[in-house]
Amino acid sequence: MAFAAFSHGGGGSKKSAAPVSKGSGKVALLLLLPGLFYLAVFFIAPLFSLIATSLQTMDISSGFPIYNYGFQVSNYIDVVSQYGPQIFRSFFYALLATIAALIISYPLAYFIGVKARRWPLLQGLMLTLVIAPFFISFLLRTFAWKQIFSNESWIVSGLQQIGLLSPDQYLVGTPFMVIFGLTYNFIPFMTLPLYTTLERLDVRYLEAGADLYASPRKTFMKVTLPLSMPGIVSGTLLTFIPIAGDYVNASGLFLGSTETSMLGNVVESKFLKSYEYPTASALSVILMGAILLLVTLYVRKSGTDDLL
Amino acid sequence: MNKPLPEDPMMRELVVMARRHQMTRRAALAGAGATAATLALAACAPGGSTGAALTPATDLSESEKNLIWHNWSLYMDEDDNGNYPTLQNFEKQSGIKVEYKIEIDDNDSYFSKVQKQLAQGQDIGADVSCPTEWMAARWVNLGYTQQFDLANIPNHKNMAAAYNNPAYDPDRSHAIPYQGILAGITYNKVEYKKATGKDAPTSLEDLWNPALKGRVGVLSEMRDTIGLILLANGIDITSESSLTEAAFMDAIDFFAGKVADGQIARIKGNSYSEDLENGDTIAAIAWSGDTVQLNLSAESEKYGFFIPESGTTISADCFVTPMGATHKRNVEELINFYYDPKNAAELAAWVNYVTPVVGAQEEAMKIDPALAENQLIFPSEEFMKNAHGFRSLTGEESVLFSKAFQDVMLGA
Repeated sequence: MAFAAFSHGGGGSKKSAAPVSKGSGKVALLLLLPGLFYLAVFFIAPLFSLIATSLQTMDISSGFPIYNYGFQVSNYIDVVSQYGPQIFRSFFYALLATIAALIISYPLAYFIGVKARRWPLLQGLMLTLVIAPFFISFLLRTFAWKQIFSNESWIVSGLQQIGLLSPDQYLVGTPFMVIFGLTYNFIPFMTLPLYTTLERLDVRYLEAGADLYASPRKTFMKVTLPLSMPGIVSGTLLTFIPIAGDYVNASGLFLGSTETSMLGNVVESKFLKSYEYPTASALSVILMGAILLLVTLYVRKSGTDDLL
Repeated sequence: MNKPLPEDPMMRELVVMARRHQMTRRAALAGAGATAATLALAACAPGGSTGAALTPATDLSESEKNLIWHNWSLYMDEDDNGNYPTLQNFEKQSGIKVEYKIEIDDNDSYFSKVQKQLAQGQDIGADVSCPTEWMAARWVNLGYTQQFDLANIPNHKNMAAAYNNPAYDPDRSHAIPYQGILAGITYNKVEYKKATGKDAPTSLEDLWNPALKGRVGVLSEMRDTIGLILLANGIDITSESSLTEAAFMDAIDFFAGKVADGQIARIKGNSYSEDLENGDTIAAIAWSGDTVQLNLSAESEKYGFFIPESGTTISADCFVTPMGATHKRNVEELINFYYDPKNAAELAAWVNYVTPVVGAQEEAMKIDPALAENQLIFPSEEFMKNAHGFRSLTGEESVLFSKAFQDVMLGA
C-alpha cells in the first residue's frame, strides 16, 4: 500500500506542482524526516534483512545449524513445494473469515451509523460495545472461546445430542473453529471503517430512491452499497491482511490443530522450534508478496485507488 | 495521472511542497544515504559463523554476593505469600542474594532467545540456568558453559548414580542435574473407565484404542513422545546402533499416522495439563511431577500415572553457568546447597519431580512418610530400570529429526 501511495504521488507531480518558495520546501523535508527515518529503520532495513536471510545457506558442521549469507533460491522452491497446503489454507481461511466478518459487520455498522443517528448516546454506547473486546487481551479472548467450545462443554454435548455433531466429533481443532475465531477477533476492524463511511451516508439519497419508485433492495444496490464501497474496501483490507498472517487462532494451543496450520504457524515453528531461519524468512517474503499482489489487484478491481 | 489536492489549505500546501521536493537532487542523495544505512543495518542481522573458543568471564563473586537464576515455572517450593522458603534459607546461610526468574518455557524458544549472546560469550542475564539435559549438552558441546570447580561443591558426591558419566560431560563439572524428569502416561481415571471399560491403561498400545479417538494428548518434547514410541517398537533409545535414522523415521511415520487419523488430538508442552483438567484429553504422554500437581489441584486422586512396560524416557534439567556469567563461585554454593539431602527433600516435597540427590528420601521420611514412598519422586531401582535417556544426536540428526517432528505438528 505504501508503495502504491508513493508511486501515485510521484507519477505526474513534477509538471503539475505549483512553484513554491525555497524556504518552505526545507520545512517540508524536515517534517518528513522522522517519518522517513522510521520507515528506513523499521521497515526497509528489516525487509532487506529478511530477504537476505531467506537466501542464506545452512552450515551444520558445528553440530548446530549456522547460516551464512548466500544466494540459495532453492529455499523458496522448497517451502512452496512443502508447505503449499498451508499457504493456500492461509488465504482461503482469510477469505472466508473476511466475508463472514463483512456479512456480520455491515448490518451492524449500518444500524449504528444510519439508524441510530437520532440517538447519539446509543450510537456512542454501541460503538463502545464494538470496541469493548479490545479491552481484554487478544490471547485471553481466543483462549476463552477454546474453553467455551471444549469437548466437555455443554455446547458441544448439546450439538451432539441434537445430532449436528456425531458423538466422536468435536469443535476445537476444526477449520470451522479457526475461521470462527478469526472472524470474531477481526470484526471490529471491519465494523469501524464501515461505520465511518455509513455515518456520512446522506439519507436523502435513499428518500430520492424511494421517490423514484426503486424498491428498497434496488436502492441499496444502486445507492447505499456503492457509497459505502470505500468502507468495504478498507474494512476488508484491514481484516484480510492480518488474518492471512495470523498464527494464534490456528495454533494447536488455541482453536486449531495439526490440520488447520496456516502460514504463520509454519513460520513460527521454523523460527522458534527448528531454527530454520532461511525457510522461515522465505515463507514470510512469500506471504508479503502474495498479499501485496492480491491487495493491488483487489484495489484496482474495486476502483477505489483513491483510498491509497 | 494525478491525485486531486486536499481541500484543507494547510494540507494542500504541505502536499504541494512534498511533491515538489520529491525529485530534487538533494532528496535523491538523502534517499541513497538512507539505502546505504539500511544495508549497513541489514549486515548487523543475525548470521555469521562461530569464532574462536570462548573464555569464562572474570568471577566477581568475592565482591558481589548475588546471582541471577533462570528456571522453569512451578519448579521451586513456594509458600502462600509467594516466597521461596529453601531459597530464603540459602540466602540466610550464604549471604548471597538470589534473583530467581521464571524465564524458561520451552527449551527451543529459550535457546533462540539467548543463543546470540551465548555464542559471543556475553552475559545472557543469568549466572545459572536450567535447560533440559539435551539442550545443556548442546551448550556444553558448543563451549558455551563454564566448568564448575567441584572442590567447591562437596555435596556433588550425593548425585544419584543414574546421572553419572554422560558422554558430553563425564565428570559432571559443566552440567549438574537440578531435577530429574520422568515421562509416562497420565490418564483421567473416571473418563478412561467410561470410554474404554477398563480400569487403567497398561501399555502405550492402550492409547491407540479407538474408544479414545480425539482424546489423546502427547508432549511437544520430541525426545519424550517419539522416545516412548521407539521404546514400544523395541528400539533401545540409548544406543546409536539401535536408534538409527530409519528407526526414528518409522516412529515419526507411526506418530504422523496417529495424528492424521485423529487419534492424537493435542501435541503440547507444559500446557497439556489444562486439557486434562477441562476433560478434552483423557490420556496423555506426560511428565510425572505434573500428575501429582494435577491431583493436588483436583483435590482427589482423579488422575493416574503409569510407566509402560516397554519403558519410558528420563532426563534432567541441569544447572549450567554460561561463559559470560560473573558469579560462578556463588552458583557453586547454590548447587552445593541444593545437593544437601535435607534441602533437596524440602524442594522435592513441593515440586514433585525426581530428585537426583541421594539421601533425600531419608530426609523426606522426616517431613512426610507418604511422600517418601512416592515412586514418582523417589523411584526404586526397579522402577528406574524402565527409564532410559534418549541418546545424544549429531548436528545433522538433530536438525533432521526436529524438522520431521515439527512437520507432523504442522500437518505438513
